[in-house]
Amino acid sequence: MEGDIAELGKFIGAGISAIGMGLAALGVGNVAGNFLAGALRNPSAAADQTATLFIGIAFAEALGIFSFLVALLLMFAV
Amino acid sequence: MATEQASEGGLVFHPMDQFIVSPLFGDGAVHWYTPTNVTLWLALTVAAIAALLVLGTKQGRVVPGKTQSIAELAYGFVYKMVEDVSGRDGLKYFPYIMTLFMFILFANFLGLLPMAFTTTSHIAVTAILAMAVFLAVTILGFVLNGASFLGMFWVKSAPLALRPVLALIEVISYFVRPVSHSIRLAGNMTAGHAVIKVFAAFAGLAALSPLAILGVVAMYGLEILVCFIQAYVFTILTCVYLKDALHPHH
Repeated sequence: MEGDIAELGKFIGAGISAIGMGLAALGVGNVAGNFLAGALRNPSAAADQTATLFIGIAFAEALGIFSFLVALLLMFAV
Repeated sequence: MATEQASEGGLVFHPMDQFIVSPLFGDGAVHWYTPTNVTLWLALTVAAIAALLVLGTKQGRVVPGKTQSIAELAYGFVYKMVEDVSGRDGLKYFPYIMTLFMFILFANFLGLLPMAFTTTSHIAVTAILAMAVFLAVTILGFVLNGASFLGMFWVKSAPLALRPVLALIEVISYFVRPVSHSIRLAGNMTAGHAVIKVFAAFAGLAALSPLAILGVVAMYGLEILVCFIQAYVFTILTCVYLKDALHPHH
């Protein structure tokens, strides 16, 4: 295999930043799971809180998207 | 650059090739006035929305037909969202939020068509949308509340010693809003479409093709959901920011 050490670093860095996306998945699962746990205890209050659920998921997911962005930048921009 | 890498790698085509902006006519340089594939798909988005909302409701039947009920459903959905999240005085800004929702939803969905270009996968497009929301909400906050809009950053319920630290964090998080607002949409669209293309590229290898086609179908189903949810999230965050501008103290 050919290539210089900077190329190697780019691929390793992109791989490491992909870990962040997995961690964001944990966050999103946590939000959704806790919502479901609360919603099953009090189903009548659940319908009003779906907007809050999506906002929570969006905030948790945004940070995972940032790490995906870092991976993209390493692969294509740096 | 992407095409060079594709010839070296094992895939038939590069998954990021679909995001290349190219002129519609010829292959000259792209200037600000050049009609590109982005221009085409932005125009198609506007045309599709106009077809649904203007032509669909033209007859204005009391018992709506198929197209009219979809248009009414979209209107009612966004109207209720603005009312629930921003409150009744947020309804004054409903037309702008409806425009944002319909534009993002249609741009996302049109991007899912085969051979289509996803305009919302480019940060250049989403950053304009997010910056417009950010500037509008900030100006609105100062116009409606005057200098007391800055009280949003000074958390009255916290202990006095903590307030300067909280104010710093609040100011930073306020200015990160347009960044995360735009990158969330662009990142979700880019990631989803790239994954579909990666599966599609594996379909060229005979041993993997049944699995790859199954993967494409499954991801496509997920992407339809994601396209709607991202349009919903963008709009509902706009409503949340609008609520902050209208009532900075609660």
